[in-house]
Amino acid sequence: MRRHFSLLISASVGLAIFSALTLAHAPAGQGGPPGPGRGPAPVPLSQVKWETWNNTGLRAIPADTNPDGPAPRRDLTGIWDPARGGIGPRGARNPAPLTEWGQKLGNTHNSGDGIRQVPTEQINDPLSTMGDPGGYPRQLLFELRHVQFLNTPQSVVALFMWERRWRVIWTDGRRLPTDPDPRWYGYSIGRWEDDYTFVVNSNGTDERTWLDNAGNPHSNELRVEERWHRISEKKLELTVTLDDPKAYTKPWVALDKLQFVQIPSNTDLIEMMNAASEAQAVAASYRAK
Amino acid sequence: MNKRVIARLAAAVYLVVALPLLAHHGGASFDNEKTLTLKGTVTEWLWANPHCFLKIDVKDESGTTRNWNLETGNPTDITPNGYRRTSFKAGDAVTVTITPVKSGAPVGRIRTVTLPSGETLPRQ
Repeated sequence: MRRHFSLLISASVGLAIFSALTLAHAPAGQGGPPGPGRGPAPVPLSQVKWETWNNTGLRAIPADTNPDGPAPRRDLTGIWDPARGGIGPRGARNPAPLTEWGQKLGNTHNSGDGIRQVPTEQINDPLSTMGDPGGYPRQLLFELRHVQFLNTPQSVVALFMWERRWRVIWTDGRRLPTDPDPRWYGYSIGRWEDDYTFVVNSNGTDERTWLDNAGNPHSNELRVEERWHRISEKKLELTVTLDDPKAYTKPWVALDKLQFVQIPSNTDLIEMMNAASEAQAVAASYRAK
Repeated sequence: MNKRVIARLAAAVYLVVALPLLAHHGGASFDNEKTLTLKGTVTEWLWANPHCFLKIDVKDESGTTRNWNLETGNPTDITPNGYRRTSFKAGDAVTVTITPVKSGAPVGRIRTVTLPSGETLPRQ
């Protein structure tokens, strides 16, 4: 009984602190250099202090994003910050049941976190131990930090802070390849479903990459749908649905309405690479003892 | 409140504070109810993704020196807490409080580190 009581107390205190930190991590404009610092209470987005160089972004989505306005028509241009909501250390939520093929592949993945977590020296994540590209759609399910969208007449270009990757999402009317050579970041086409919802469909992924940080698998038959819904001038949300009949028994939603806030277009972001030499040095540090 | 409850409370606090910094791997290897204070000399500061590492030589009571491997978060997440690529150099005398691994190996996670200047990271 006492054991249960102490566990309950621990959990309650943890939850209370988490709540407090969620507020405390909101940008306070106190200049915890560089980038917005920590503070006792969230302040409006308009009061966040941005450094000239190397900003690390918001720590929480500010409740007050004013001055805000209506979403512009068919336009995602800008730098979007998910405020750490896209880190995804334990992997996607509620994956569909694995097929036998998916189970077999997943069993070879020794992840650092989530359901396949192993001691750090046994991790075999190709991203974190070898510096392989994280790939797609892991790009959306792990370390999804800032995304900047640029428009061209034929495409929407998405620039991702993590790994400094970009994707070209073709909007020129082409169809996805029917028999694609697998690529680390697949093939993507986009269309406006309505004036505020940009739908991206992708295929041609490389099954060497993990789906997420929990080592969930995928095949190169995976098809992904991203729905980028612009709620207002400053607010955007992303929903990701996966359909991989080779690895999963049914389609499933891997990311549900992840929130983003638009930050100033002249914000310089810190470099967040996953250099092979550094990843291998970190892995060696784990294995050295 | 007995010591065990206090330890659990401390662990709960630490886990919640540390969670945003530990995106790459979980805490299964670590003894989250234990804290060690180490006084040592920096041998290397690895500023890298997915984790930064501080390596320090620590002399134990028997006079034996062990090199400790101490991890913290990635540069993006620890920069707002005051850490920099230049925060440490070989030879710096530091005091570090850590969560050690369960195995007893000289490996741990940094909770706080006090620099030669007297400044303590993470900044509050």
